[in-house]
Amino acid sequence: MNLLRRNRSLAITIVALAVLFAVFIAIHPRGFSTYVITIWFNQGTLLGLAAIAQFFVVLVRGVDLSVGPTIALTNVVASYLLLGSPGAITFGIIAVLLVGTLCGLANGVAVVYGRIQPIVATLATGGMISGLALLLRPTPGGSVDEALSDALTYDIHGVPASAIMLLVVLLVLHIPLRRSPLGLAMYAVGSSEQSAYMTGVRVTRAKLAAYGASGTFAALAGLYVSMVTLTGDPGIGPAYTLNSIAAVVLGGIALSGGVGSPLGAVVGALILKTISSLMFFSGLPPLAQPFFEGLVLALAIVLGAFGMINVRNRLELFR
Amino acid sequence: MTARASTLPVHSRRSRLLNGVGLSVLILAVGCVALILIGAIVYPGFLSLGYILQQLQIASFLGVVATGAMLVIVLGEIDLSVPWTITGTAIVVTGLAGSHNGLLADLALPLGLATGAAIGLVNGLGVALFRVPAMVWTLAVNAMLLGAATFYTGGFKPPGAVPRLASYAALGHTLGIPNAFLLWFVIGVITLYLLHRTVYGTYLYAMGNSQRALFLAGARVRTITVCTFVLAGVLSSLGAILLTGYTNQAYQGMGDPYLMPVIAAVVIGGTSIQGGSGSYVGTFMGALFITLLTSILAVMQMSDAARQIIFGAIILAMLLVYRSSEKDRP
Repeated sequence: MNLLRRNRSLAITIVALAVLFAVFIAIHPRGFSTYVITIWFNQGTLLGLAAIAQFFVVLVRGVDLSVGPTIALTNVVASYLLLGSPGAITFGIIAVLLVGTLCGLANGVAVVYGRIQPIVATLATGGMISGLALLLRPTPGGSVDEALSDALTYDIHGVPASAIMLLVVLLVLHIPLRRSPLGLAMYAVGSSEQSAYMTGVRVTRAKLAAYGASGTFAALAGLYVSMVTLTGDPGIGPAYTLNSIAAVVLGGIALSGGVGSPLGAVVGALILKTISSLMFFSGLPPLAQPFFEGLVLALAIVLGAFGMINVRNRLELFR
Repeated sequence: MTARASTLPVHSRRSRLLNGVGLSVLILAVGCVALILIGAIVYPGFLSLGYILQQLQIASFLGVVATGAMLVIVLGEIDLSVPWTITGTAIVVTGLAGSHNGLLADLALPLGLATGAAIGLVNGLGVALFRVPAMVWTLAVNAMLLGAATFYTGGFKPPGAVPRLASYAALGHTLGIPNAFLLWFVIGVITLYLLHRTVYGTYLYAMGNSQRALFLAGARVRTITVCTFVLAGVLSSLGAILLTGYTNQAYQGMGDPYLMPVIAAVVIGGTSIQGGSGSYVGTFMGALFITLLTSILAVMQMSDAARQIIFGAIILAMLLVYRSSEKDRP
């Protein structure tokens, strides 16, 4: 019970996801089947990984506008390297993750040492990163190993491989974030950088680590994009940047930093994906779907903000 | 003592110069001149008056929109709905101007500006009443606008005509100077007056520094927020009308390439993205600089990829310079 009270907002989000998912299954022509669930989870995983990438930066009170470009760049790099012998593919995966992490660290350096506001720093680096992606592959193309793609995008005894992957990622993340000094330092820095500094938290290291982790997860998302689409496309970035921010907010992660969990980010991403899938099968005219998608997103965000309306003192509303 | 006395006046003179004009404006002015000179080496036509006037004309579209963006950023918020405010206004304006109803056709421009005001109102209400972070709320508004525009046009190029006044404002010249630039100049003067000679301007800067303090001081914080967003919406629409006149059409996604340059123009103009500080002259120069940079990279026939990389690198470098110059201040 105590656990529930502490995670009330997360619980509400999960209930919302469950309701949306139930509606989705109810109106889907094929109903509850492995096929439907696998597709749903695959798409959710794409955005979920992007949302985790965004989560790390938002956690330390930043916002990362280069998540999308990093996904595009890593996707493009993957489309060159994920071919050939198992050894070559392993090397390719490591190289892709390294590229993503470096992008994240570059953001971190600009923010920590350059002392530039995260939103503008990542706007500038994001432009450079998507330029790099465009330089490597001016038009979509390339290919990746199909056996690996099949293994990661189909199901294992009826359970989508992507669901297992997402679960593993969340479990692996939980301990370093909540139990290790570095993870706690990230939460502390996000809550109050000054207090954290006064307490002796290594602010610089925590921030750099958060930005680096963000890059790594963006690279994971880029890798998974390659698995799903089997090609490299330099133009996929913008949608991921914006949706990752929306997902993080839906998942109860405060943009003011220090609050939230990767699970929340993933749940937010799954909600977003379910909304757009719902629209697809809702029988609305296809041209009206983008509008309702935006409307539902806006409503969800306003509902999430309802906690703010119920305050004791209006002064609390202002920063 | 004497040493101090002798260095003091020099120091204060320099800082007065820096405070009066601003480091960012100086750097941008030098940057603009440098860009033109570099361009002149590659392509001799760059030094002609015609080319520079044309750049001023193109910079006006960016500059008008950036004016609105700057107000919102000084407030301490951000408006990400700029792309589809531009496209939406263009669709409304061309649609109305092309209608057979004479009255509607005449009202195309006022209704176009009203579209921007309405979008700004939605943005402002969401941020002021629901306390949704502006970054997320304006993003959602942008998504809705995209949806509404797609639904209305069916995803095709929107039909209609361009009002004659829009073409005149965007393409015409008065005494050899592009009308678009004159319009931007007038808006700039009004903005400067608004920012530095009215209570609204004082509140705007105060709010960017501390909403809490301004609220405690008894100012109508929510009204200011809503008004600023409405103003920004109107300015985005005005930019859109100019752009429609310039391109002689409205098309899907015509506003998409504007979000990044608009924010970049404001930020390299020395306005803090956190709000509360910034000069309009900086934004003005920022818009000029970015237009020149884009133009010169295009003339040098850089690939799109190289252009993006150089663009990002220059913005990053300028921000680093600004940051390191204020190191001694807390």
